Amino acid sequence: MGRTPTPETMDPNMASRPRTLYEKIWDAHVVETRDDGTALIYIDRHLVHEVTSPQAFEALKVAGRPVRRPELTLAVPDHNLPTTARLDSAGKPVPIADPESAAQLAALEVNAPAFGIRYIPATAKEQGIVHVVGPEQGFSLPGTTIVCGDSHTACHGGLGALAFGIGTSEVEHVLATQTLLLQQSKPMEVRVEGDLGPGVSAKDLILHIIGTIGAAGGSGYVIEYRGRAFEAMTLEERLTVCNMSIEAGARAGLIAPDDVTFAYLKGRPMAPKGAEWDAAVAYWRTLHTDEGAVFAKSVTINAADVEPSVTWGTSPEDVVPIGGRVPHPEDFADESKRVAAQKSLDYMGLVPGTPMTQVPIENVFIGSCTNSRIEDLRAAAAILKGRRKADNVRWAIVVPGSGLVKAMAEEEGLDRIFTEAGFEWREPGCSACLGMNPDKVPPGERCASTSNRNFVGRQGPGARTHLVSPAMAAAAAVTGRLADVRELV
Amino acid sequence: MQPLTRVEGRAIPLGLKNVDTDIIIPAKWLKTISREGLGAGAFEALRAEPGNVFDDPAYKGAPILIAGDNYGCGSSREHAAWAMLDLGIRVVIAPSFSDIHSGNAVKNGILPVVLPQEAVDRLLEVAREGLEISVDLDQQTVTTPYQDRFTFDIDPFRKHCLLNGLDEVGLTMARGEAIGGFEAQRTAAQPWLMRGTEAA
Repeated sequence: MGRTPTPETMDPNMASRPRTLYEKIWDAHVVETRDDGTALIYIDRHLVHEVTSPQAFEALKVAGRPVRRPELTLAVPDHNLPTTARLDSAGKPVPIADPESAAQLAALEVNAPAFGIRYIPATAKEQGIVHVVGPEQGFSLPGTTIVCGDSHTACHGGLGALAFGIGTSEVEHVLATQTLLLQQSKPMEVRVEGDLGPGVSAKDLILHIIGTIGAAGGSGYVIEYRGRAFEAMTLEERLTVCNMSIEAGARAGLIAPDDVTFAYLKGRPMAPKGAEWDAAVAYWRTLHTDEGAVFAKSVTINAADVEPSVTWGTSPEDVVPIGGRVPHPEDFADESKRVAAQKSLDYMGLVPGTPMTQVPIENVFIGSCTNSRIEDLRAAAAILKGRRKADNVRWAIVVPGSGLVKAMAEEEGLDRIFTEAGFEWREPGCSACLGMNPDKVPPGERCASTSNRNFVGRQGPGARTHLVSPAMAAAAAVTGRLADVRELV
Repeated sequence: MQPLTRVEGRAIPLGLKNVDTDIIIPAKWLKTISREGLGAGAFEALRAEPGNVFDDPAYKGAPILIAGDNYGCGSSREHAAWAMLDLGIRVVIAPSFSDIHSGNAVKNGILPVVLPQEAVDRLLEVAREGLEISVDLDQQTVTTPYQDRFTFDIDPFRKHCLLNGLDEVGLTMARGEAIGGFEAQRTAAQPWLMRGTEAA
């Protein structure tokens, strides 16, 4: 198969210099460069949800501007949508109780078709979290630039796409021009040597990486994850890793596309078909970092050092292995981190030196764009099968990432495993990841959560979040405390 | 967007590192379909603490905020910038900013000033004395009544947009022909890239 001609392969100078994967995708999307170095970058795919788009559509209306390429945008509600039943017993849509939420959801439902954009309604089986829907529909593709008014857009990097979150002004900019004005980030390599141990998941690895490089460790960079640990991962695991790149401060995270990627995408509704599929795969095979390409920063991690991980504080960098203890603020070298650690411990209600496995849990949330795909649900169900949540676990919910994930899980009988274990089985959406819709963790209570942020108030005012993998969340549900899942398999 | 050239006034000495956008504006305030009125929810959790800097009369209406490392990390919500603007904040000084939030800030006429930790610490001292700080975008300087003078770097395009209050969408709309040329080349070479939702 020949190499598909693209702007960058047609320029011999650009093609001859060894480049990183990030630089290849960047170069292929430069419409033009301003004298001051700012580049006008073409955007291939744009995902829109209800929370960060109303002001952008309003601005277009006021200025009388159309959407330049409506077919390159896909709209789906997720953040603000309740995860309780969407249809009543008569099959009619259940009205949204909160008037503000209802108005915001209604705005997207009106705006998308008014501007010619494909809209997936809340009641469709294809509805789900934008970052689950994009890959699932084959809308997100390797080598493309993908944006969304949501920082977890980094997720799609698992397909080998350059995907990043944007603000609402940029949403407006993309709708109107299909481009963004950007400064190029620096390429960073996170190399993981060796294989992950048994019971250690992609989520544990990304938490370990963030704990190692820090919440600002990737600031100004786009991370490429390299090494055998990532090559051995399923596509869904790669999405989990790239999803949390933003928690390390990186604008985006990438994993080079390979046969795993192509097998995942083949036959998906919006993926290329026939001869175009072959041409696409031929192009995608060129999307890897060249021998001799230079990264501005490089970090190496030994996979054997990674254990099931949990967070203890209110920054995603506050990570310890499950066998570890709540740290002392004095353990930290820099003064501002000592202050932050003390504030975190006060908020989290934790005593330094306490073993993490002695931290009791009252709530368990399995869901979010990080961990709500079918493999996540299977991993949690494998631990929960034949078991029940502990009595002190007051609230346990599973929120599938999309209607299609939900249907697949039901076909496999996973929903029964969850409900028999005392979990609620919900409709797709962002749910308790962000304390916006009705799913919230009460003040002062703890939650073992498969989501991505343990910020102050993230899961609701006063809520205390411990980030974990799906299997670790299941282990917490069963034992009523943070627990090492390896002791339950 | 309001042009920004020079900002003089008192500064809120927050100093905290890793201030995420959930702290700047919690999710429950994101149900709005407008950009207005978000100041009411700005820094809600911090403002619930007695003696917090935001409600200290000494810093009431201060146009400058001084924070720690990694300011604005986390969620991409531009509501954070709108909330700050609604509080009257036009300049944030910190050792580093999240990429997304600093972009959102600039697009709303807020200047993110990156200075080394020692300079930020010095400015925190001056701010705590209730003294005025002066930020000059044209000269790229921050000065104090004690004759401290710190210079900062800023991307020239951002500076240009801030000084002139420029709307990026308008600037790019004027490049429609170049974008059209790029699209035509794409459609010929890799048509599948341009199908999007129409592929289904």
